[in-house]
Amino acid sequence: MATTSDTRAHGHDHAAHGHDDHGHDHKPGFVARWFFSTNHKDIGTLYLIFAVVGGLLGGILSEIMRAQLQFPNNHVVTEGQEWNTIITSHGLLMIFFSVMPALIGGFGNWFIPLMIGAPDMAFPRLNNISFWLLPPAFLLICIGLVMGESGSGWTLYPPLSNSTYESGMGMDCTLFALHLAGISSLLGSMNFIVTIFNMRAPGMTLHKMPLFIWSELVTAFLLVLAVPVLAGAITMLICDRNFGTAFFDPTGGGDPVLFQHLFWFFGHPEVYIMILPGFGIISHVISTFSKKPIFGYLGMVYAMVGIGVVGFVVWAHHMYLSGIDVDTRAYFMMATLVIAVPTGIKIFSWIATMWGGSIELKTPMLWAIGFLFLFTIGGVTGVVLANAGIDEAVHNTYYVIAHFHYVLSLGAVFSIFAGFYYWIGKMSGRQYPEFWGKVHFWMTFIGVNLTFFPQHFLGLSGMPRRYPDYPAAFAGWNYVSSIGSYISGCAFLVFLYVCFKTFTSKVPVADNYWGEGATTLEWTQTSPPAFHTYLEMPRIS
Amino acid sequence: MQHSYGPIKDRVISLHNLVLVIITVITVFVGALLIWVMVRYNAKRNPIPSQTSHNTILEIAWTVIPVLILVVIAIPSFRLIYYQDRTPDPDMTIKVVAHQWYWEYAYPDQGNVDIESRYVHDEDLKPGQLRLLEVDNQMVIPVGKKIRILTSSTDVIHSFFIPALGVQRYAIPGRTIETWLQADQIGTFYGECNQICGQDHSRMPIAVRAVSDADFKAWVEQTKKSASAAQLPKIASR
Repeated sequence: MATTSDTRAHGHDHAAHGHDDHGHDHKPGFVARWFFSTNHKDIGTLYLIFAVVGGLLGGILSEIMRAQLQFPNNHVVTEGQEWNTIITSHGLLMIFFSVMPALIGGFGNWFIPLMIGAPDMAFPRLNNISFWLLPPAFLLICIGLVMGESGSGWTLYPPLSNSTYESGMGMDCTLFALHLAGISSLLGSMNFIVTIFNMRAPGMTLHKMPLFIWSELVTAFLLVLAVPVLAGAITMLICDRNFGTAFFDPTGGGDPVLFQHLFWFFGHPEVYIMILPGFGIISHVISTFSKKPIFGYLGMVYAMVGIGVVGFVVWAHHMYLSGIDVDTRAYFMMATLVIAVPTGIKIFSWIATMWGGSIELKTPMLWAIGFLFLFTIGGVTGVVLANAGIDEAVHNTYYVIAHFHYVLSLGAVFSIFAGFYYWIGKMSGRQYPEFWGKVHFWMTFIGVNLTFFPQHFLGLSGMPRRYPDYPAAFAGWNYVSSIGSYISGCAFLVFLYVCFKTFTSKVPVADNYWGEGATTLEWTQTSPPAFHTYLEMPRIS
Repeated sequence: MQHSYGPIKDRVISLHNLVLVIITVITVFVGALLIWVMVRYNAKRNPIPSQTSHNTILEIAWTVIPVLILVVIAIPSFRLIYYQDRTPDPDMTIKVVAHQWYWEYAYPDQGNVDIESRYVHDEDLKPGQLRLLEVDNQMVIPVGKKIRILTSSTDVIHSFFIPALGVQRYAIPGRTIETWLQADQIGTFYGECNQICGQDHSRMPIAVRAVSDADFKAWVEQTKKSASAAQLPKIASR
């Protein structure tokens, strides 16, 4: 994976534009640049800003939820329906409007062209559309939230989400929001696939591609295969709600379980869509700060491909209790357990990358190591849940909440922050404050563990999810969990402060500010890169 | 996990204990490795990094060993799901029908005794009663008997969940799902609806009272009598 580029491209950029002066780039005016943008870097920036906004709103909702659950018989949220709407919006916002825009739209747009030596994405205008479909989708989710009419949980199971039980327009808005976000992801991922297959610098064969590119490629394929299934399911649901069809209505011969199959056929690959790009980022961070090439590159690549493939044939492990046949359950249990193998390969390869390295514990590396440990915890609880027999006692309890927050809110989000600190100098040309970055890490690390670890205990003792109120037996750990979430909330404020400090910083950064460990092509460009990069094609030796 | 009061939960707990040990060992192992590499291969102690990037034996080992661990987990796990799926020789059947937001229990083997079970509002709680768990009519079962459970629903999806007995099934409109349960001790076991079902999702608890055979017969007789006397007004379900 050692990709040393021909320095001529580098030299050219310098010669043409110099370090600070990008006057030759012919940047368009403000409106044309940010609203009609076709530049992968600007669109990437838009995605990242969007992800912060989505994460902020989703985070506010989670603080409201933890405030409500701090004590039993609490009245921060008074109505069950209100509560259900909040949890629905929290889930959808975090998945579709924060994690995915950051990992795929944000870092993907920024670094796919930079890392493969391409001047831009293959379809720049398509790229613009795929971003600008998201704000209206976000607006529709907010309408559903404010109207208090999308109380079905993010899984949208009918009959609760059909017109009898959720009659308001807010539910339709939420479904259309998913349609828009889905189209956005589809267009974006097609763009990624075409770009990666056709626009790599000469000499960069598939097996020399950086792992981040591989991870985005696998993610893009997962999206192209999974999102249309979700689109089909919610189209049928919209028809059920508005046009009198009965796809999922048993009184008309339909089947609510069919929806669950369709939803999870999308929904399970979706969780890998959220974590795979994170895997890619973590690989680069660990390799950079250990000053070693990644261990077992091919194993890493095919572990990701394997996770992607197997991820498509395990969906019914979300439905062990939906009355599916016991032999079917046995199959899905086995297939689910198998996923632990490629995941284990990745974890051990990362540790082996660090082994024998010369490790510097800068902020991005802290996030990456935090990711390794917390993702391991989330992974092993996944092995527990995969057992259909045990699942019967913990299905839909806080154990599940703890599990998927360990892999997402502590896995995917840690990889986002690792990527942020790793690349913010490259993207902005400014130095982030190392001290505040570390404060941000430690506060988040303590906060999220305090929030989610006790939820394992709550789940094992049988506390159901999506409850606004609970029996006194569950009081203690809920209190601890709420305190943890307030700490994480403060950590997010520290993050905003870090952003502020970075963007107002006067300290410029070098082209390759991480030194010898950073070997991919983006480090041959200036920081920030010129508006148009790779005017001359780099060659990979 | 909640303490076990039935044979299914016994087995769930024993499998869980096995898996818990394995995952704890793995987590501690990974954590220890991470701490070790952070200390031993810190830039200060190890300024010159090695450039090793392959070790075939190691890579095969960390593929094969997890597979073996999974086999160790999978064998008892398969046994468990086939055991808890359904029972071949049930002593009696209870039909559990979920409604927004209460449970209905029907006893076809006891002359179609049919009771409805609603949560006790906070202001009606008697001292010693558990908030959000207590119901007006408990589901009564004879202790030590294998009871076939058939779940269904008349509106949205609910989930019939009793942690102490290790049993849970969705209640889905338009289908009937079979499972079974058995309590080994006399006592009251609580559970809650465990699939989001709307406004009062958190207010439809399940309370199962396991009683001796004789007490169960007496309860059936008494319930029948009061039912015919009062003709319990049934709330029309949607």
